Amino acid sequence: MTIRTEPMTVNVGPQHPSTHGVFRVRITFDGEDIVEVEPVLGYLHRGSEKLAEERNYVQVVTLTDRLDYTSSMINNQAYCLAVEQLLGIEPPPRGKYLRTLTAELQRIASHLIAVGFFVQELGAFGTPLMYTFRSRERILDLFEMLCGARITVSYMRPGGVFSDTPPDFWPALDQFLEDFEGELEEIENLLLNNEILMVRTRGVSPLPADVAINCSVSGPVLRASGVNWDWRKMAPYDAYDQVDFDVPIGSNGDNYDRFWVRMQEVRQSLRIVRQCIAQIEPGPVRLELPLVLRAEPGAEAYGRVEASKGELGFFLVSDGGVSPYRCKIRSPSLINLTITEHLLLGWKLADMIVSLGSVDINMGEVDR
Amino acid sequence: MTLTAVPGETLGRRLQEAAPDAVIEWDESAVWVRPESIGTVANFLRNDSETDFVFLNSISAIDFIEYFELVYHLTSLAKQQTGVVRSRVYGREEPSAASVFNVWRGADFQEREIWDLMGIRFNGHPNMKRIMLWEGFDGHPLRKDFL
Repeated sequence: MTIRTEPMTVNVGPQHPSTHGVFRVRITFDGEDIVEVEPVLGYLHRGSEKLAEERNYVQVVTLTDRLDYTSSMINNQAYCLAVEQLLGIEPPPRGKYLRTLTAELQRIASHLIAVGFFVQELGAFGTPLMYTFRSRERILDLFEMLCGARITVSYMRPGGVFSDTPPDFWPALDQFLEDFEGELEEIENLLLNNEILMVRTRGVSPLPADVAINCSVSGPVLRASGVNWDWRKMAPYDAYDQVDFDVPIGSNGDNYDRFWVRMQEVRQSLRIVRQCIAQIEPGPVRLELPLVLRAEPGAEAYGRVEASKGELGFFLVSDGGVSPYRCKIRSPSLINLTITEHLLLGWKLADMIVSLGSVDINMGEVDR
Repeated sequence: MTLTAVPGETLGRRLQEAAPDAVIEWDESAVWVRPESIGTVANFLRNDSETDFVFLNSISAIDFIEYFELVYHLTSLAKQQTGVVRSRVYGREEPSAASVFNVWRGADFQEREIWDLMGIRFNGHPNMKRIMLWEGFDGHPLRKDFL
C-alpha cells in the first residue's frame, strides 16, 4: 500500500550553521525526497562592484579580501593581475614567486576548511574540523608575519607584493612544511579511505561533465566531473609556468570525488610551495609605480586566476580616471551554485547539506 | 598547452555566414552583434566546430551612459581558445537583450544579476527576477545615474 504524502516546503538558512554563510535555499520535500529547489541569495550583498568604482586602483585591493574571505590572497592576485594587464606592466620575478607561494598556501588553507566542514556536515562533529583547522592556523600565522593580517590580508599590490618577507618567515615556513607533512598524512589516513565517509558520499549527487560545462562550473567541482581544466595550466600567470604540478581529476563527479580532488590539490599545492622556495631569488618585490595609478581611457582587461573555488575573474574598464570605470567580478561561488538544483533534486534530506558542502561556496563571494 | 584568443575578425566572418544580420562590426579583440540576436549567435558559436565555445566564462554589463554594453567571455575547452562577443544595448527606459539561458545554463544567475543591478532585461530567461536585492527595490544600483 502506498501512502499519500503532502509536499512540504522548508526554508534552509540563511541562519543555518552548515550552509557556509548566509545562504538560503527553499526546498520542497515529498516525504524525505527533494522535489523542488530554489536558492535565495543576496543576504551578504555589499555592492563591491559599485564600491570599486569610487576607490582608486590600489584601494580596491582591500575590497577583494572581503569577497571569498577564506582565500583572500588569491582574490588579491586575481585583481592585481587584471590591473597589471590594464596598465601593461609585469611584477619583478621575486614578486611573482611570492604571489605564487602565498596563493598556494592560501589554497591549502581554503581546501582544509572545505574538507573539514564537509566531514563535519557528514556528522563527524568537531574532531576532523579541529584537525584541519590546526594546520590552517599555522598558515594564517605565516600570513600574519608577512602583512600583519590573518584573513583580510591585502598583501598583494598591482606590480608585485606590499613588502618583502621578514627574515624569520622562511624558517617558520620550513617548520610548517615539515610539521604539515605529518598532519596531512594523518588527515588523509583518517578520511580518504574512511568507510563511513565513502558509503555516505560515493555515487551521491553525481554531476556529469556536460552538465558541469554547460552550467559554467569551474574549479575542483568541474575537475571532479572529469574535465581537465585548470587556469594555472591553461593560461599560466605569475610563476606558474616555472613550477611543475599535476591536475587531479575525478571520474564520477559525486560528493566523494569533489572531496577527493580537494585532498589531492593540497598535495599539489605543497609541491608548488616547495618549488617556489627552491627557485625564489633575492630582488625587488614590487615595481616602482606612482601612488595613484591611471590607465588609458578605454583600456580594458580581464584578469583571471584559478582560485580555490574556481575561475575568479576581474573585468576592468578604464575611462582614464583614478578608479576603475567598471569592475565586474566573475565569482566562481555564484556560478557554481547554478548546479544546486541538479545536485539536490531527487536526493534525500540527509544528503542535502553534504551535497551543498561538497560544492564549497563562500557567501562573501556569491553576494559580493 | 596555452590558450589562444580568437580574433574578432575571424569570429565576425564566421558569424556573417551563419547569421548575416546579427553582426555589426569587429576589431582585433571582439565582435559586436545586435542584442536581439545574441541567442542565435550564442547557439551558433557553441555548436560550430570551428569555434566550439561550450563554456561561458562570464557576462559583464557596462553602463556607458549613451548605451549599455554586454560582454560575453567564452572558452572552448577542446580547442583551447577564447573569444569575446559584445553587444550594445540602447535606451535607458526598457533596455533588453536576448537571453542565452537555453544555450549556456551558466548564464542563469549572471543574467538575473545584470537585470537586478544594471536593469537590462533578458528576453527568454525563464526566471527574470531580482537576485541580490529584493523585489520592489527602486532602481538599478550599478547604473551610473544611480546616486
